[in-house]
Amino acid sequence: MPANKFNGFTEYGIGIGLRAPHYQHILTRKPVVDWFEIISENFMIDGGRPLYVLDQILEQYKVVQHGVSMYFGSAERPNREHLRRLKELVKRTKTPWLTDHLCWGSVDGRYTHDLLPMPYTFEAARITAQKIREVRDFLEIPVAVENVSSYAEFHVSEMAEWEFLNEVVELADCGILLDVNNIYVSSQNHNFNPFDYIEAVPAERVAQIHIAGHSKYRKYILDTHDHPVIDPVWKLYARAIERAGHTATLLEWDDHIPTFQEVHDEALKANRFLASASLAAAV
Amino acid sequence: MKLATIQRRMARAVMAPLTPSEHMRMMAPDGRSLRAVASQIIKPNDRLTSFERLEIYNRQYWYRVLASMLEDFPGLCAILGERRFQEMSKTYLTDCPSRSFTLRNLGARLESWLRKHPQWAGSKQALALDMVRLEWADIEAFDGQAEPPLRAEELQAGADEKLRLRLQPYIGLLALQYPVDDLVLAVKRDDDSEFASNAFNERRKRKRVTSVARLRPEPIHLAVHRLDFIVYYRRLEREEFLLLKALASGKTLGRAIDAAFRKSSIPAAERPENIEEWFRNWAALGWFCSPNQMPRQS
Repeated sequence: MPANKFNGFTEYGIGIGLRAPHYQHILTRKPVVDWFEIISENFMIDGGRPLYVLDQILEQYKVVQHGVSMYFGSAERPNREHLRRLKELVKRTKTPWLTDHLCWGSVDGRYTHDLLPMPYTFEAARITAQKIREVRDFLEIPVAVENVSSYAEFHVSEMAEWEFLNEVVELADCGILLDVNNIYVSSQNHNFNPFDYIEAVPAERVAQIHIAGHSKYRKYILDTHDHPVIDPVWKLYARAIERAGHTATLLEWDDHIPTFQEVHDEALKANRFLASASLAAAV
Repeated sequence: MKLATIQRRMARAVMAPLTPSEHMRMMAPDGRSLRAVASQIIKPNDRLTSFERLEIYNRQYWYRVLASMLEDFPGLCAILGERRFQEMSKTYLTDCPSRSFTLRNLGARLESWLRKHPQWAGSKQALALDMVRLEWADIEAFDGQAEPPLRAEELQAGADEKLRLRLQPYIGLLALQYPVDDLVLAVKRDDDSEFASNAFNERRKRKRVTSVARLRPEPIHLAVHRLDFIVYYRRLEREEFLLLKALASGKTLGRAIDAAFRKSSIPAAERPENIEEWFRNWAALGWFCSPNQMPRQS
Protein backbone atom coordinates (compact mmCIF):
# COMPACT_ATOMS: atom_id res chain seq x y z
CA MET A 1 0.00 0.00 0.00
CA PRO A 2 1.27 3.51 -0.68
CA ALA A 3 1.29 4.66 2.94
CA ASN A 4 0.84 2.23 5.80
CA LYS A 5 2.01 1.65 9.35
CA PHE A 6 4.89 -0.46 8.06
CA ASN A 7 6.53 2.46 6.23
CA GLY A 8 5.65 5.12 8.75
CA PHE A 9 2.66 6.31 6.69
CA THR A 10 4.96 7.84 4.11
CA GLU A 11 4.43 8.14 0.37
CA TYR A 12 7.87 7.80 -1.17
CA GLY A 13 8.42 7.39 -4.91
CA ILE A 14 11.46 5.96 -6.68
CA GLY A 15 14.79 5.88 -4.89
CA ILE A 16 18.25 4.52 -5.49
CA GLY A 17 20.94 3.08 -3.24
CA LEU A 18 23.47 5.62 -1.97
CA ARG A 19 26.86 4.30 -3.12
CA ALA A 20 30.36 5.75 -2.67
CA PRO A 21 31.16 6.18 -6.41
CA HIS A 22 28.20 8.58 -6.67
CA TYR A 23 28.95 10.74 -3.59
CA GLN A 24 30.75 13.45 -5.53
CA HIS A 25 28.07 13.68 -8.20
CA ILE A 26 25.25 13.90 -5.66
CA LEU A 27 26.96 16.48 -3.46
CA THR A 28 28.03 18.75 -6.31
CA ARG A 29 25.17 18.36 -8.84
CA LYS A 30 22.37 17.85 -6.31
CA PRO A 31 20.24 15.75 -8.68
CA VAL A 32 16.51 15.43 -8.06
CA VAL A 33 16.00 12.02 -6.44
CA ASP A 34 12.98 11.14 -4.37
CA TRP A 35 14.95 9.26 -1.74
CA PHE A 36 18.11 7.30 -1.05
CA GLU A 37 18.49 3.95 0.63
CA ILE A 38 21.65 3.51 2.71
CA ILE A 39 23.25 0.30 3.88
CA SER A 40 23.06 0.83 7.64
CA GLU A 41 26.27 -1.06 8.44
CA ASN A 42 28.34 1.32 6.26
CA PHE A 43 27.42 4.16 8.58
CA MET A 44 27.43 2.41 11.96
CA ILE A 45 30.86 3.88 12.66
CA ASP A 46 32.31 6.49 14.97
CA GLY A 47 33.21 9.24 12.49
CA GLY A 48 35.02 10.17 9.30
CA ARG A 49 33.97 10.79 5.72
CA PRO A 50 31.02 8.36 5.48
CA LEU A 51 29.14 10.13 8.28
CA TYR A 52 30.12 13.55 6.93
CA VAL A 53 28.69 12.62 3.51
CA LEU A 54 25.59 11.14 5.11
CA ASP A 55 24.94 14.36 7.04
CA GLN A 56 25.22 16.35 3.82
CA ILE A 57 22.80 13.98 2.08
CA LEU A 58 20.38 14.18 5.00
CA GLU A 59 20.23 17.95 4.66
CA GLN A 60 18.71 17.62 1.19
CA TYR A 61 17.27 14.16 0.71
CA LYS A 62 15.03 11.62 2.37
CA VAL A 63 16.94 8.53 3.51
CA VAL A 64 15.74 5.04 4.41
CA GLN A 65 17.96 2.53 6.20
CA HIS A 66 18.49 -0.98 4.86
CA GLY A 67 20.54 -3.48 6.85
CA VAL A 68 22.48 -6.55 5.78
CA SER A 69 23.54 -8.22 9.01
CA MET A 70 20.79 -8.13 11.63
CA TYR A 71 20.08 -11.74 10.68
CA PHE A 72 16.54 -11.93 12.02
CA GLY A 73 16.56 -15.65 11.27
CA SER A 74 19.70 -16.58 13.21
CA ALA A 75 18.92 -18.78 16.19
CA GLU A 76 21.09 -16.62 18.47
CA ARG A 77 19.99 -13.43 20.25
CA PRO A 78 20.55 -10.03 18.61
CA ASN A 79 24.03 -8.54 19.02
CA ARG A 80 23.65 -5.72 21.58
CA GLU A 81 26.49 -3.64 20.16
CA HIS A 82 24.88 -3.90 16.71
CA LEU A 83 21.55 -2.74 18.11
CA ARG A 84 23.11 0.14 20.03
CA ARG A 85 24.92 1.44 16.96
CA LEU A 86 21.88 0.91 14.76
CA LYS A 87 19.72 2.96 17.11
CA GLU A 88 22.29 5.78 17.07
CA LEU A 89 22.08 5.80 13.28
CA VAL A 90 18.27 5.68 13.30
CA LYS A 91 18.29 8.82 15.44
CA ARG A 92 20.67 10.47 12.99
CA THR A 93 18.80 9.61 9.78
CA LYS A 94 15.26 9.74 11.18
CA THR A 95 14.46 6.89 8.80
CA PRO A 96 10.66 6.43 8.75
CA TRP A 97 11.06 2.67 8.56
CA LEU A 98 13.91 0.20 8.61
CA THR A 99 14.49 -2.92 6.57
CA ASP A 100 16.69 -6.01 6.78
CA HIS A 101 16.58 -9.51 5.36
CA LEU A 102 14.54 -12.57 6.19
CA CYS A 103 17.62 -14.75 6.49
CA TRP A 104 20.34 -15.83 8.85
CA GLY A 105 24.12 -15.43 8.68
CA SER A 106 25.72 -15.76 12.11
CA VAL A 107 26.20 -18.69 14.47
CA ASP A 108 27.68 -18.58 17.97
CA GLY A 109 28.94 -15.03 17.36
CA ARG A 110 30.70 -15.89 14.08
CA TYR A 111 29.55 -13.98 11.00
CA THR A 112 29.42 -15.31 7.44
CA HIS A 113 28.54 -11.87 6.00
CA ASP A 114 26.12 -13.62 3.67
CA LEU A 115 22.32 -13.77 3.44
CA LEU A 116 21.76 -17.47 4.10
CA PRO A 117 18.36 -19.02 3.38
CA MET A 118 15.92 -20.06 6.09
CA PRO A 119 14.52 -23.53 6.58
CA TYR A 120 10.79 -22.87 6.19
CA THR A 121 9.63 -24.38 9.48
CA PHE A 122 7.17 -23.19 12.11
CA GLU A 123 9.96 -23.20 14.69
CA ALA A 124 12.10 -20.92 12.49
CA ALA A 125 9.14 -18.60 11.86
CA ARG A 126 8.50 -18.29 15.61
CA ILE A 127 12.16 -17.57 16.45
CA THR A 128 12.48 -15.07 13.59
CA ALA A 129 9.28 -13.22 14.45
CA GLN A 130 10.34 -12.96 18.10
CA LYS A 131 13.62 -11.39 17.05
CA ILE A 132 11.94 -8.93 14.69
CA ARG A 133 9.67 -7.82 17.53
CA GLU A 134 12.65 -7.46 19.87
CA VAL A 135 14.57 -5.33 17.35
CA ARG A 136 11.54 -3.19 16.52
CA ASP A 137 10.78 -2.60 20.20
CA PHE A 138 14.38 -1.54 20.82
CA LEU A 139 14.59 0.75 17.78
CA GLU A 140 11.07 2.12 18.14
CA ILE A 141 10.41 2.38 14.40
CA PRO A 142 8.53 0.18 11.90
CA VAL A 143 10.49 -2.78 10.53
CA ALA A 144 10.01 -4.51 7.17
CA VAL A 145 11.70 -7.78 6.18
CA GLU A 146 13.05 -8.53 2.72
CA ASN A 147 12.72 -11.87 0.96
CA VAL A 148 16.19 -13.04 -0.18
CA SER A 149 17.44 -14.83 -3.28
CA SER A 150 18.33 -18.40 -2.48
CA TYR A 151 20.27 -21.22 -4.07
CA ALA A 152 19.38 -24.03 -1.68
CA GLU A 153 16.30 -25.53 -0.02
CA PHE A 154 16.12 -27.56 3.17
CA HIS A 155 14.74 -31.06 3.70
CA VAL A 156 13.07 -29.91 6.92
CA SER A 157 10.99 -27.16 5.25
CA GLU A 158 7.31 -27.47 6.08
CA MET A 159 5.92 -24.81 3.72
CA ALA A 160 6.66 -22.74 0.62
CA GLU A 161 8.82 -19.66 0.91
CA TRP A 162 5.90 -17.24 0.56
CA GLU A 163 3.98 -19.14 3.22
CA PHE A 164 6.96 -18.81 5.52
CA LEU A 165 7.19 -15.07 4.79
CA ASN A 166 3.50 -14.68 5.57
CA GLU A 167 3.82 -16.70 8.78
CA VAL A 168 6.73 -14.56 9.99
CA VAL A 169 5.18 -11.17 9.19
CA GLU A 170 1.87 -12.17 10.77
CA LEU A 171 3.57 -13.39 13.97
CA ALA A 172 5.81 -10.31 14.11
CA ASP A 173 3.17 -7.93 12.80
CA CYS A 174 5.81 -6.31 10.62
CA GLY A 175 6.05 -5.06 7.05
CA ILE A 176 7.49 -6.61 3.90
CA LEU A 177 10.22 -5.26 1.68
CA LEU A 178 9.20 -7.15 -1.41
CA ASP A 179 12.22 -7.81 -3.65
CA VAL A 180 10.75 -8.85 -7.00
CA ASN A 181 14.18 -9.65 -8.45
CA ASN A 182 14.83 -12.03 -5.56
CA ILE A 183 11.49 -13.72 -6.23
CA TYR A 184 12.48 -14.16 -9.86
CA VAL A 185 15.96 -15.51 -9.00
CA SER A 186 14.59 -17.99 -6.47
CA SER A 187 11.79 -19.07 -8.82
CA GLN A 188 14.39 -19.99 -11.45
CA ASN A 189 16.60 -21.77 -8.91
CA HIS A 190 13.75 -23.70 -7.29
CA ASN A 191 11.30 -24.20 -10.17
CA PHE A 192 8.24 -22.31 -8.95
CA ASN A 193 5.97 -19.78 -10.60
CA PRO A 194 7.05 -16.33 -9.38
CA PHE A 195 3.51 -14.99 -9.87
CA ASP A 196 2.25 -17.52 -7.27
CA TYR A 197 4.59 -15.79 -4.83
CA ILE A 198 3.45 -12.27 -5.76
CA GLU A 199 -0.23 -13.28 -5.48
CA ALA A 200 0.30 -14.82 -2.04
CA VAL A 201 1.96 -11.83 -0.43
CA PRO A 202 -0.33 -9.79 1.85
CA ALA A 203 -0.40 -6.54 -0.15
CA GLU A 204 -1.39 -4.48 2.87
CA ARG A 205 1.94 -5.29 4.53
CA VAL A 206 4.18 -4.21 1.64
CA ALA A 207 6.19 -1.22 2.88
CA GLN A 208 8.68 -1.03 0.02
CA ILE A 209 9.74 -2.81 -3.17
CA HIS A 210 13.24 -3.64 -4.44
CA ILE A 211 14.15 -4.10 -8.09
CA ALA A 212 17.59 -5.18 -9.36
CA GLY A 213 19.54 -7.09 -11.98
CA HIS A 214 21.19 -10.48 -11.61
CA SER A 215 23.65 -12.86 -13.32
CA LYS A 216 22.66 -16.05 -15.10
CA TYR A 217 24.92 -19.11 -14.90
CA ARG A 218 24.46 -22.45 -16.58
CA LYS A 219 22.65 -24.17 -13.71
CA TYR A 220 21.53 -21.33 -11.49
CA ILE A 221 21.04 -17.57 -11.20
CA LEU A 222 22.97 -15.39 -8.77
CA ASP A 223 21.62 -12.19 -7.25
CA THR A 224 24.53 -9.92 -8.14
CA HIS A 225 22.94 -6.45 -8.48
CA ASP A 226 25.26 -5.65 -11.36
CA HIS A 227 22.93 -5.48 -14.37
CA PRO A 228 19.82 -3.62 -15.51
CA VAL A 229 16.45 -5.05 -14.53
CA ILE A 230 15.24 -7.67 -17.04
CA ASP A 231 11.74 -7.73 -18.55
CA PRO A 232 10.41 -10.73 -16.57
CA VAL A 233 11.31 -8.87 -13.37
CA TRP A 234 9.54 -5.71 -14.60
CA LYS A 235 6.46 -7.89 -15.23
CA LEU A 236 6.58 -9.14 -11.65
CA TYR A 237 7.00 -5.57 -10.50
CA ALA A 238 3.97 -4.48 -12.52
CA ARG A 239 1.84 -7.16 -10.86
CA ALA A 240 3.18 -6.30 -7.40
CA ILE A 241 2.29 -2.65 -7.97
CA GLU A 242 -1.16 -3.62 -9.25
CA ARG A 243 -1.76 -5.41 -5.97
CA ALA A 244 0.02 -3.13 -3.51
CA GLY A 245 -0.51 0.26 -5.16
CA HIS A 246 1.98 3.09 -5.64
CA THR A 247 4.69 1.76 -3.32
CA ALA A 248 8.14 3.18 -2.46
CA THR A 249 10.46 1.51 -4.97
CA LEU A 250 14.22 1.21 -4.92
CA LEU A 251 16.72 0.03 -7.54
CA GLU A 252 19.74 -1.81 -6.14
CA TRP A 253 23.01 -1.63 -8.09
CA ASP A 254 26.01 -2.75 -6.04
CA ASP A 255 28.69 -4.04 -8.38
CA HIS A 256 30.17 -2.69 -11.64
CA ILE A 257 28.31 0.47 -10.70
CA PRO A 258 27.68 2.72 -13.72
CA THR A 259 27.29 6.50 -13.62
CA PHE A 260 24.74 8.05 -11.32
CA GLN A 261 22.61 9.05 -14.30
CA GLU A 262 22.52 5.51 -15.71
CA VAL A 263 21.47 4.06 -12.35
CA HIS A 264 18.84 6.73 -11.84
CA ASP A 265 17.47 6.33 -15.40
CA GLU A 266 17.14 2.59 -14.84
CA ALA A 267 15.24 3.20 -11.59
CA LEU A 268 12.92 5.72 -13.21
CA LYS A 269 11.70 3.05 -15.63
CA ALA A 270 9.49 2.01 -12.72
CA ASN A 271 7.45 5.16 -13.36
CA ARG A 272 5.69 3.39 -16.25
CA PHE A 273 4.06 1.02 -13.77
CA LEU A 274 3.64 3.44 -10.88
CA ALA A 275 1.74 5.87 -13.12
CA SER A 276 -0.81 3.23 -14.09
CA ALA A 277 -1.16 2.18 -10.44
CA SER A 278 -1.92 5.79 -9.50
CA LEU A 279 -4.44 6.01 -12.33
CA ALA A 280 -6.13 2.79 -11.22
CA ALA A 281 -6.35 4.07 -7.65
CA ALA A 282 -7.93 7.31 -8.84
CA VAL A 283 -10.64 5.56 -10.88
CA MET B 1 16.19 -31.01 13.12
CA LYS B 2 16.26 -27.79 15.19
CA LEU B 3 17.03 -24.41 13.63
CA ALA B 4 20.19 -23.95 15.70
CA THR B 5 21.52 -27.36 14.64
CA ILE B 6 20.88 -26.71 10.94
CA GLN B 7 22.56 -23.34 11.15
CA ARG B 8 25.64 -24.68 12.99
CA ARG B 9 26.09 -27.46 10.44
CA MET B 10 25.57 -25.22 7.45
CA ALA B 11 27.83 -22.46 8.80
CA ARG B 12 30.60 -24.99 9.41
CA ALA B 13 30.36 -26.07 5.77
CA VAL B 14 30.05 -22.54 4.38
CA MET B 15 33.13 -21.36 6.30
CA ALA B 16 35.25 -24.43 5.54
CA PRO B 17 38.25 -23.56 3.32
CA LEU B 18 37.84 -24.25 -0.40
CA THR B 19 40.11 -26.63 -2.31
CA PRO B 20 42.90 -25.07 -4.42
CA SER B 21 40.58 -25.33 -7.44
CA GLU B 22 37.92 -23.41 -5.50
CA HIS B 23 35.53 -26.28 -4.85
CA MET B 24 33.98 -27.30 -1.56
CA ARG B 25 36.06 -29.83 0.33
CA MET B 26 34.80 -33.34 0.95
CA MET B 27 35.85 -33.06 4.58
CA ALA B 28 35.66 -30.09 6.97
CA PRO B 29 38.79 -29.24 9.01
CA ASP B 30 37.23 -31.09 11.97
CA GLY B 31 37.07 -34.30 9.92
CA ARG B 32 33.31 -34.30 9.29
CA SER B 33 32.11 -35.21 5.81
CA LEU B 34 30.70 -32.13 4.07
CA ARG B 35 29.01 -34.34 1.49
CA ALA B 36 27.11 -35.98 4.35
CA VAL B 37 26.24 -32.58 5.88
CA ALA B 38 24.98 -31.35 2.50
CA SER B 39 22.78 -34.40 1.87
CA GLN B 40 21.40 -34.30 5.45
CA ILE B 41 20.21 -30.70 5.28
CA ILE B 42 19.98 -29.55 1.62
CA LYS B 43 17.56 -30.82 -1.02
CA PRO B 44 18.96 -31.54 -4.48
CA ASN B 45 17.08 -30.24 -7.54
CA ASP B 46 16.95 -31.27 -11.21
CA ARG B 47 20.21 -29.40 -11.98
CA LEU B 48 22.31 -29.44 -8.80
CA THR B 49 23.14 -31.97 -6.10
CA SER B 50 22.85 -31.06 -2.41
CA PHE B 51 26.64 -30.71 -2.33
CA GLU B 52 26.68 -28.35 -5.35
CA ARG B 53 23.98 -26.14 -3.88
CA LEU B 54 25.84 -25.83 -0.58
CA GLU B 55 29.04 -25.19 -2.53
CA ILE B 56 27.53 -21.99 -3.99
CA TYR B 57 27.39 -20.52 -0.48
CA ASN B 58 30.81 -21.89 0.43
CA ARG B 59 32.35 -20.11 -2.57
CA GLN B 60 30.45 -16.87 -2.01
CA TYR B 61 31.68 -16.75 1.58
CA TRP B 62 35.31 -17.07 0.60
CA TYR B 63 35.11 -14.71 -2.39
CA ARG B 64 33.57 -12.07 -0.14
CA VAL B 65 35.96 -12.29 2.82
CA LEU B 66 39.07 -12.65 0.64
CA ALA B 67 38.07 -9.62 -1.43
CA SER B 68 37.61 -7.68 1.80
CA MET B 69 41.08 -8.71 3.07
CA LEU B 70 42.67 -7.62 -0.21
CA GLU B 71 40.85 -4.30 -0.11
CA ASP B 72 42.05 -3.64 3.46
CA PHE B 73 45.63 -4.94 3.18
CA PRO B 74 46.98 -4.23 -0.34
CA GLY B 75 50.40 -3.38 1.12
CA LEU B 76 50.70 -6.73 2.89
CA CYS B 77 49.66 -8.40 -0.36
CA ALA B 78 52.47 -6.57 -2.17
CA ILE B 79 54.96 -7.86 0.42
CA LEU B 80 53.82 -11.49 0.46
CA GLY B 81 52.79 -11.79 -3.18
CA GLU B 82 49.20 -12.42 -4.27
CA ARG B 83 49.21 -16.21 -3.95
CA ARG B 84 50.82 -16.29 -0.51
CA PHE B 85 48.61 -13.45 0.71
CA GLN B 86 45.53 -15.42 -0.35
CA GLU B 87 46.74 -18.56 1.41
CA MET B 88 47.63 -16.59 4.53
CA SER B 89 44.22 -14.88 4.51
CA LYS B 90 42.45 -18.24 4.26
CA THR B 91 44.37 -19.59 7.26
CA TYR B 92 43.87 -16.38 9.25
CA LEU B 93 40.12 -16.35 8.57
CA THR B 94 39.85 -20.03 9.46
CA ASP B 95 41.60 -19.33 12.79
CA CYS B 96 39.91 -15.94 13.35
CA PRO B 97 36.51 -15.88 11.65
CA SER B 98 34.61 -12.61 11.73
CA ARG B 99 33.03 -11.82 15.08
CA SER B 100 31.65 -8.47 14.01
CA PHE B 101 28.52 -7.46 12.14
CA THR B 102 30.72 -5.47 9.78
CA LEU B 103 33.45 -6.60 7.38
CA ARG B 104 35.33 -3.46 8.41
CA ASN B 105 36.65 -5.35 11.44
CA LEU B 106 37.78 -8.47 9.57
CA GLY B 107 41.49 -7.64 9.96
CA ALA B 108 41.31 -6.53 13.60
CA ARG B 109 43.22 -9.58 14.84
CA LEU B 110 45.64 -9.90 11.92
CA GLU B 111 48.65 -8.29 13.62
CA SER B 112 48.53 -10.52 16.71
CA TRP B 113 47.80 -13.59 14.55
CA LEU B 114 50.73 -12.86 12.23
CA ARG B 115 53.05 -12.49 15.21
CA LYS B 116 52.13 -16.02 16.27
CA HIS B 117 52.51 -17.37 12.72
CA PRO B 118 55.81 -15.95 11.43
CA GLN B 119 56.10 -18.65 8.77
CA TRP B 120 53.80 -16.69 6.45
CA ALA B 121 56.17 -13.75 6.05
CA GLY B 122 59.44 -15.63 6.77
CA SER B 123 62.41 -13.27 6.44
CA LYS B 124 60.00 -10.37 5.78
CA GLN B 125 58.22 -10.78 9.13
CA ALA B 126 59.25 -7.38 10.55
CA LEU B 127 58.31 -5.67 7.29
CA ALA B 128 54.97 -7.50 7.12
CA LEU B 129 54.11 -6.61 10.72
CA ASP B 130 54.93 -2.96 10.09
CA MET B 131 52.65 -2.98 7.07
CA VAL B 132 49.74 -4.65 8.91
CA ARG B 133 50.02 -2.10 11.72
CA LEU B 134 50.00 0.76 9.23
CA GLU B 135 47.09 -0.60 7.20
CA TRP B 136 45.02 -1.26 10.31
CA ALA B 137 45.80 2.26 11.62
CA ASP B 138 44.63 3.58 8.23
CA ILE B 139 41.25 1.86 8.71
CA GLU B 140 40.94 3.26 12.23
CA ALA B 141 41.91 6.77 11.09
CA PHE B 142 39.38 6.69 8.23
CA ASP B 143 36.27 6.25 10.35
CA GLY B 144 37.43 6.71 13.95
CA GLN B 145 35.74 9.12 16.29
CA ALA B 146 36.63 12.83 16.18
CA GLU B 147 36.03 15.07 19.17
CA PRO B 148 35.84 18.88 19.21
CA PRO B 149 39.43 20.09 18.81
CA LEU B 150 41.22 22.07 21.50
CA ARG B 151 41.02 25.82 20.86
CA ALA B 152 44.04 28.08 21.35
CA GLU B 153 42.40 30.00 24.19
CA GLU B 154 41.59 26.75 26.01
CA LEU B 155 45.27 25.77 25.83
CA GLN B 156 46.54 29.17 26.98
CA ALA B 157 44.14 29.16 29.94
CA GLY B 158 45.63 26.04 31.50
CA ALA B 159 49.07 25.68 29.92
CA ASP B 160 51.34 24.62 32.74
CA GLU B 161 53.41 21.52 33.25
CA LYS B 162 50.53 19.72 35.02
CA LEU B 163 48.31 20.04 31.96
CA ARG B 164 47.05 16.77 30.51
CA LEU B 165 46.16 16.67 26.84
CA ARG B 166 44.22 14.05 24.99
CA LEU B 167 44.75 13.08 21.35
CA GLN B 168 41.92 12.63 18.87
CA PRO B 169 40.77 8.98 19.04
CA TYR B 170 41.31 8.45 15.30
CA ILE B 171 45.09 9.16 15.45
CA GLY B 172 47.46 6.18 15.33
CA LEU B 173 51.08 6.56 16.49
CA LEU B 174 53.44 3.97 15.07
CA ALA B 175 57.15 3.28 15.58
CA LEU B 176 58.14 1.23 12.54
CA GLN B 177 61.31 -0.52 11.43
CA TYR B 178 60.67 0.01 7.70
CA PRO B 179 59.46 3.01 5.65
CA VAL B 180 56.25 1.18 4.74
CA ASP B 181 54.38 4.46 4.30
CA ASP B 182 56.14 5.01 0.97
CA LEU B 183 55.44 1.44 -0.12
CA VAL B 184 51.75 1.46 0.70
CA LEU B 185 51.26 4.81 -1.02
CA ALA B 186 52.94 3.43 -4.16
CA VAL B 187 50.71 0.34 -4.04
CA LYS B 188 47.56 2.44 -3.66
CA ARG B 189 48.62 4.74 -6.47
CA ASP B 190 49.07 1.70 -8.74
CA ASP B 191 45.71 0.24 -7.71
CA ASP B 192 43.93 3.51 -8.43
CA SER B 193 45.09 3.60 -12.07
CA GLU B 194 42.13 2.54 -14.20
CA PHE B 195 41.96 0.94 -17.62
CA ALA B 196 45.11 -1.12 -16.99
CA SER B 197 45.99 -3.64 -19.69
CA ASN B 198 47.27 -7.13 -18.84
CA ALA B 199 50.77 -6.12 -19.92
CA PHE B 200 50.59 -3.06 -17.67
CA ASN B 201 49.41 -5.19 -14.76
CA GLU B 202 52.29 -7.60 -15.26
CA ARG B 203 54.80 -4.73 -15.31
CA ARG B 204 53.15 -3.34 -12.20
CA LYS B 205 53.46 -6.64 -10.36
CA ARG B 206 57.17 -6.91 -11.27
CA LYS B 207 57.72 -3.32 -10.15
CA ARG B 208 56.08 -4.09 -6.81
CA VAL B 209 58.25 -7.15 -6.23
CA THR B 210 61.32 -5.03 -6.95
CA SER B 211 60.13 -2.25 -4.64
CA VAL B 212 59.61 -4.69 -1.78
CA ALA B 213 62.94 -6.44 -2.37
CA ARG B 214 64.77 -3.10 -2.34
CA LEU B 215 63.14 -1.85 0.82
CA ARG B 216 65.79 -1.59 3.54
CA PRO B 217 65.18 -1.16 7.29
CA GLU B 218 64.96 2.50 8.24
CA PRO B 219 63.27 3.21 11.57
CA ILE B 220 60.52 5.78 11.21
CA HIS B 221 57.91 7.31 13.49
CA LEU B 222 54.52 7.93 12.02
CA ALA B 223 51.23 9.57 12.90
CA VAL B 224 48.33 8.13 10.92
CA HIS B 225 45.71 10.86 11.00
CA ARG B 226 43.08 12.50 8.87
CA LEU B 227 42.43 15.98 7.61
CA ASP B 228 39.24 16.99 5.80
CA PHE B 229 38.22 13.33 5.94
CA ILE B 230 41.29 12.10 4.05
CA VAL B 231 43.81 9.82 5.80
CA TYR B 232 47.43 10.98 5.83
CA TYR B 233 50.69 9.54 7.13
CA ARG B 234 52.85 12.16 8.82
CA ARG B 235 56.44 11.33 9.66
CA LEU B 236 57.52 12.51 13.08
CA GLU B 237 60.87 13.12 14.74
CA ARG B 238 61.68 10.56 17.42
CA GLU B 239 61.20 13.04 20.29
CA GLU B 240 58.03 14.41 18.73
CA PHE B 241 56.65 10.86 18.57
CA LEU B 242 57.65 10.10 22.19
CA LEU B 243 56.05 13.31 23.40
CA LEU B 244 52.78 12.49 21.65
CA LYS B 245 52.88 8.90 22.93
CA ALA B 246 53.43 10.11 26.49
CA LEU B 247 50.59 12.64 26.24
CA ALA B 248 48.32 9.99 24.71
CA SER B 249 49.08 7.67 27.63
CA GLY B 250 47.82 10.34 30.07
CA LYS B 251 51.10 11.83 31.30
CA THR B 252 51.14 15.50 32.28
CA LEU B 253 52.81 17.90 29.88
CA GLY B 254 55.86 18.19 32.13
CA ARG B 255 56.34 14.43 32.49
CA ALA B 256 55.71 13.89 28.79
CA ILE B 257 58.43 16.38 27.84
CA ASP B 258 60.83 14.68 30.28
CA ALA B 259 60.04 11.28 28.74
CA ALA B 260 60.45 12.56 25.17
CA PHE B 261 63.90 14.06 25.70
CA ARG B 262 65.35 11.52 28.18
CA LYS B 263 67.81 10.02 25.67
CA SER B 264 67.63 12.78 23.10
CA SER B 265 70.56 14.11 21.13
CA ILE B 266 68.75 17.40 20.51
CA PRO B 267 70.68 20.11 22.39
CA ALA B 268 68.78 21.44 25.40
CA ALA B 269 68.86 24.95 24.02
CA GLU B 270 66.95 23.93 20.90
CA ARG B 271 64.24 21.94 22.65
CA PRO B 272 61.83 24.81 23.53
CA GLU B 273 61.81 25.90 19.91
CA ASN B 274 61.15 22.31 18.75
CA ILE B 275 58.34 21.84 21.23
CA GLU B 276 56.73 25.12 20.25
CA GLU B 277 56.82 24.21 16.55
CA TRP B 278 55.41 20.73 17.15
CA PHE B 279 52.56 22.08 19.24
CA ARG B 280 51.81 24.68 16.60
CA ASN B 281 51.58 21.95 13.93
CA TRP B 282 49.52 19.59 16.07
CA ALA B 283 47.12 22.36 16.99
CA ALA B 284 46.75 23.36 13.33
CA LEU B 285 45.93 19.74 12.50
CA GLY B 286 43.37 19.61 15.33
CA TRP B 287 45.07 16.67 17.02
CA PHE B 288 44.14 17.58 20.60
CA CYS B 289 40.66 17.26 22.02
CA SER B 290 38.91 20.02 23.89
CA PRO B 291 39.35 19.77 27.72
CA ASN B 292 35.55 19.85 27.99
CA GLN B 293 35.59 16.30 26.64
CA MET B 294 38.40 15.12 28.92
CA PRO B 295 37.85 12.32 31.40
CA ARG B 296 38.34 13.28 35.03
CA GLN B 297 41.81 12.58 36.40
CA SER B 298 42.13 11.32 39.96
